[in-house]
Amino acid sequence: MIETVSTKLSFQDVLGSMKARFGIGRMDYAVEPGLYAIGKPAGSSPVFVSANYKLTFDTLRKNLAGLDCWLLVLDTKSVNVWCAAGKGTFGTDELVRRIETSELSKYVSHNRLILPQLGATGVSAHEVKLRSGFDVDYGPVRASDIKEYIDMGCEATREMRTVQFSLWDRLVLVPVDLIDAVKHTLPVLGVLLLANQFAAKPFGKADVAVGAGAVFAGTVLTPALLPYIPGSAFSWKGWLLGLSCTAGILGLSGKFAKDDKLLAAGSLLLYPAISSYLAMNFTGASTYTSPSGVDKEIRKALPLIVSASAVGAGLVLGAHMIGKRKVK
Amino acid sequence: MKHKYLKNVATLSYSEGKCVGCGRCAEVCPHGVFYSNGKKACVLDKDSCMECGACAMNCPAGAIEVSAGTGCAIAIIAGWLTGKEPTCDCSSGECC
Repeated sequence: MIETVSTKLSFQDVLGSMKARFGIGRMDYAVEPGLYAIGKPAGSSPVFVSANYKLTFDTLRKNLAGLDCWLLVLDTKSVNVWCAAGKGTFGTDELVRRIETSELSKYVSHNRLILPQLGATGVSAHEVKLRSGFDVDYGPVRASDIKEYIDMGCEATREMRTVQFSLWDRLVLVPVDLIDAVKHTLPVLGVLLLANQFAAKPFGKADVAVGAGAVFAGTVLTPALLPYIPGSAFSWKGWLLGLSCTAGILGLSGKFAKDDKLLAAGSLLLYPAISSYLAMNFTGASTYTSPSGVDKEIRKALPLIVSASAVGAGLVLGAHMIGKRKVK
Repeated sequence: MKHKYLKNVATLSYSEGKCVGCGRCAEVCPHGVFYSNGKKACVLDKDSCMECGACAMNCPAGAIEVSAGTGCAIAIIAGWLTGKEPTCDCSSGECC
């Protein structure tokens, strides 16, 4: 018996997707692999292939409203189509296996499958044909274009074939990275509290503000402003914004005052380097960076980031720890 | 606004002689790197190639080669440290 799924998302579905976006239970948000029905499909109805990540599954079924079709869900270990295709779990082997175990040919009278275009990284269409007899058509990149694709007789425009990375696409990725960065920053605050017991000039609000600014510049501002920041390397873009933020906050807090030159210099080395590193991590979330490019970028940027951070952290610590402790 | 990454790094190589003109490469490329006129394909914009490998995977004639992988800094650094191929599986077991 084939389960029919709704094309309307429930409150639970929407809540679940919010949680996943904020990193809560993100890695086991799955649906059962296998064959599903949308509407009242017949033997001639189209077959859409998808991943068993629930965010993916929900996006697809929402966009299939009004269609009668089949949905063949592959076991991608609850990972989205593109990432799973990169790993090979959304791949030729799993597709051929799932066609057999779901007994797809018992339900359909044709031999065409519509795969999301981004699945092509893991699927070899001619090999699928050879091994299963099914023809693979690559549909549009975005599920929201499926209706138009069907209306055009299973043809996709160049625009439908191109991956975007819009402001919204970038912003939905921010929470997970930001939460991760904050998690890694909290122990540092603990160390600073401890250091304050011995500090000549204790760490205070200004230091926390500069640090928070660096994290914000690397994980929020850089993704948001990505195409508008000069240059092409992510680490460079992050460094530029980190430098602006650090200089801005230092200026506001009066840390450029004469006796804080050491602290200012250390801060200007350390904090932009942190932003730079965090921004470089965003290459993993982006939709257009090549491994060769990222490799080249890291080889240039990482030694600079590490040395600037080390020297900067030394200066900042020195500025705080050395000197006469003020007696209140 | 079109995103642009580093130039002259992509490992994509295409041999027109082997091309059978099926157009799969142009169909699967998410960045419009290929164009096919139905007889032969050509490379329009090599610098936009993100080395996802979809074109090579779907070329029935073996006319395309690309060293495919993940363009993720964390994965590549982790790959250096562990001496393994970079994968999307971050150290914590979490992934995109």
